[in-house]
Amino acid sequence: MMNIRGYGWLLWEGVRLTIAVGVFSMTIAVVLGLFGAWGKLSRSWIARGIAGVYTTVIRGVPELVIILLVYYGVPTLLLDIANITIDLNPFMAGVATIGFIYGAFSTEVFRGSYLAVSKGQIEAAKAAGMNRVQMFVRILLPQMWRFALPGLGNVWMVLIKATALVSVIQLPELMRNADVAARSTHKPFTCYFVASLIYLVITIVSMLIQQRAEVWANRGIRRAA
Amino acid sequence: MDIAIIQENIPRLLQGAAVTVELTAISVGIGLCLAIPFALMRVHRNPLLRMPVYVFNFYFRGTPLLVQIFLIYYGSGQFQHFLTQIGVWTFFRGAWFCAILSLTLNTAAYTSEILRGGIEAIPFGEIEAARACGISGFLLQRRIILPKAFRLAWPAYTNEVVFLLQATSLVSIITIMDITGVARMVASRSFAFYELYISAAVLYLILVYAVLFVFRKVEYRMSGHLRSPSLVS
Repeated sequence: MMNIRGYGWLLWEGVRLTIAVGVFSMTIAVVLGLFGAWGKLSRSWIARGIAGVYTTVIRGVPELVIILLVYYGVPTLLLDIANITIDLNPFMAGVATIGFIYGAFSTEVFRGSYLAVSKGQIEAAKAAGMNRVQMFVRILLPQMWRFALPGLGNVWMVLIKATALVSVIQLPELMRNADVAARSTHKPFTCYFVASLIYLVITIVSMLIQQRAEVWANRGIRRAA
Repeated sequence: MDIAIIQENIPRLLQGAAVTVELTAISVGIGLCLAIPFALMRVHRNPLLRMPVYVFNFYFRGTPLLVQIFLIYYGSGQFQHFLTQIGVWTFFRGAWFCAILSLTLNTAAYTSEILRGGIEAIPFGEIEAARACGISGFLLQRRIILPKAFRLAWPAYTNEVVFLLQATSLVSIITIMDITGVARMVASRSFAFYELYISAAVLYLILVYAVLFVFRKVEYRMSGHLRSPSLVS
């Protein structure tokens, strides 16, 4: 039943692209998340407003709609309002969109982890005469990672599954290639099932890495027993 | 921006919204009915009851919903002969049934894990107290464990319902005319891509925040015993 007649390499190519999409969009999501959290905790009401609208809107609209909006909508919008013709490539569009969507989720993660850093640390940094950048890089960021890791791990798990959606914009990642294989072999169940098992393996490996990372991040914390 | 094309298609989009709400309501309803026994099995001491649910939940939570939908809708074709023999092929032929089935199984997996969290968070003293009062077995589940687990799990369950509402957009790929399906169809005919996808996004936003509003109201009502009584009534 598991014989997919030489389409294994196609799925393998897909896996590599899926992981590439996942890693690149996660990078964007983390950067956006840090900025978003900074905006949400900012004293300026404009920054708070922008960050608030960003997380509220993105978390209330399905990923698929946003992907379609970016891939098909943005070029037509630019053509309409500015008469610019752009040709989005599916990889860039997919990575940017998924990164943008999950940036909203990691914003909440970073906001929570910032609030989890005890006030005394910030006061001490100020008392030691650090400016805001120094305080962020030397005091806040190293401690925030520890609190943010479980949340970021969850974001990653959801994100890697969401990469399957970019198959609708014809990017030949795992899902799309499974689709191609299913059509050519006339064994749709086998192909999709193999694809689902590959996603499962990615999830399991991510969980193991996350556990190791959490142990590493908490190495300096004393615990009873 | 072509406002006219949006206005023209508002009735269609609203029909799509009705389909989205229907899909969500049916899957959440059936999914919850499945999730309660699943959650109870998941925390059971007997591994023969616990393990199948563990594997089911792990599979459905670890793979993308899109794969699950395709597995059921297109994958069932591989077993057409067998499914015809046992007389269920007519169900699997239709996109609607496959959509509901995949969404239901998916949400059942997530919901039962959420409920498991709720059940495990119940302070043991409450169960001990119930036992001391002579409540055990089914009565204990029904009167003590499940109500408390629901209350504890409610905020997480709210999120799950919102996620499912958004996830229903995927069934547009298997030709169902929900909000996304309508937007895609009209957009590809008229080339008014961003107008329609933005309208679809606005509709989803309204639905999502309506669901959140209702669920927060319910949460407020359920947590009355936790609020300190106000002095001015």
